[in-house]
Amino acid sequence: MARSNKPILWLPFAAGGLVAALITPILIFITGVLVPVGVLHLSHEKVAAFAHNPIGKLILLGVVALPTWHAAHRLRMTAHDLGLSDGVAVKAACYGSAFVLILAAAIALLMI
Amino acid sequence: MSKTVALEILRYNPEVDSEPHFQTYEVPYKDDWVVLDALNHIKDHLDATLSYRWSCHMAVCGSCGMMINGEPKLSCHAFLRDYRDRVIRVEPLDHFPIERDLVIVMDSFIEKLSSVKPYLISNEERPLSDGEHLQTPLQLMAFKQYTQCINCLLCYAACPQCGLNENFVGPAALALAHRYNLDSRDHGKSDRADVVASNEGVWECTFVGACSDVCPKRVDPAAAIQQTKIAASLDWLKALMLPGAKR
Amino acid sequence: MSRRPYTRKVRRSWWLRHRRYVAYMVRELTSLFIGIYSAVLVMGLVRLAQGQSAWDSFVMMLSSTPGVLVQLVCLLFATYHSVTWFALTPKAIPVMVRGQPVSAKTIIRIHYAAWAAVSLVVLIAAGV
Repeated sequence: MARSNKPILWLPFAAGGLVAALITPILIFITGVLVPVGVLHLSHEKVAAFAHNPIGKLILLGVVALPTWHAAHRLRMTAHDLGLSDGVAVKAACYGSAFVLILAAAIALLMI
Repeated sequence: MSKTVALEILRYNPEVDSEPHFQTYEVPYKDDWVVLDALNHIKDHLDATLSYRWSCHMAVCGSCGMMINGEPKLSCHAFLRDYRDRVIRVEPLDHFPIERDLVIVMDSFIEKLSSVKPYLISNEERPLSDGEHLQTPLQLMAFKQYTQCINCLLCYAACPQCGLNENFVGPAALALAHRYNLDSRDHGKSDRADVVASNEGVWECTFVGACSDVCPKRVDPAAAIQQTKIAASLDWLKALMLPGAKR
Repeated sequence: MSRRPYTRKVRRSWWLRHRRYVAYMVRELTSLFIGIYSAVLVMGLVRLAQGQSAWDSFVMMLSSTPGVLVQLVCLLFATYHSVTWFALTPKAIPVMVRGQPVSAKTIIRIHYAAWAAVSLVVLIAAGV
């Protein structure tokens, strides 16, 4: 038995859990209720302006990347609970998807 | 006609049985009886071959843990009057091999307990002339709840990760490690980390919380483990950023 | 004396056998919907980078009936995630103030207050 390197997976998971808890619901409320109903209008101009700002980029990356990582790690652990072996396949599927999504977000933000 | 209640008990005789099987006994219903009283009645009057552990009959020794209607409980702490069904199912604690009837093999737990070094570890020689360790009530309060564990193993039976991975160090052992890590007289956190902060230590836990739900002494091992995850992560970061520092 | 300990197998359906474990699974399942919504947000960022018309069709997709339905399901689970996360936080982070432990209720209330504050800030930033 030796000290594990799990913290590298767990710390962003914990941060992601808090970010998701505080911010995700209101975001879904905005994009899933307020915008479809017409109370709010998210124009390309307005959102791109926010994303153009370097601090805006960091905020958007954090709000997207951390919950994504949280979901990936938690789903990996849940797969084990459901009887799937905690092997390369599950880890690659979970963390691999997270990496792809986070990378896509980062690249998109850099392009704006 | 006096009231009775049926106990459906999982029997296993390793010398005769290939598998465990249920056997039902009809016992008198008494308002103040616990399941342990019913078991003792069976052993005294109906079937002397029934084997089970018990001792204090007052929820302090931790001997009589078993599954009662699928829930890990101390049999001395489970009142017949709380079970409305006419049949009460009694089985040995989950996640442990069955030795015989309601007796489980707890060797693995004993090993896990000793592996976390559950004793004060000092960082320097203290001559007797220095006198006792001094500890304020506040310092005691920091770890007192984690001293209350009676090693009853209900938490191991409740924990799904214990069921899925027999190498998981488990709630009670990790709570005890936390008890020492929080003790102001102790300097052994680093010595315990190889076990506590290993993959089979706190990292196997997914905070189901069932352990704390079933604990008869309100030790709250789930809290101990989450706090240890945070402490272990901070130690990990420290080691990363200050690689030469003493662990 | 012959010992022959019997090991009971753990079934894959272990979590269906008790309300407590079903609740745990539902709690863990919230992360699936957080993941789904996060993927939607990533798509949004990509569409944002691709320009006005790509962004507009993304917003149209969000406002479509299936789009709204998916998001409402995500909202339900995301809210449940918040509620369960706040409930568990006091166990992980015991706080002492002036020699007295801060009650779990207080820590949870602070989180709900932060949730309300953050939500307000986001709403204002979005232009409500």
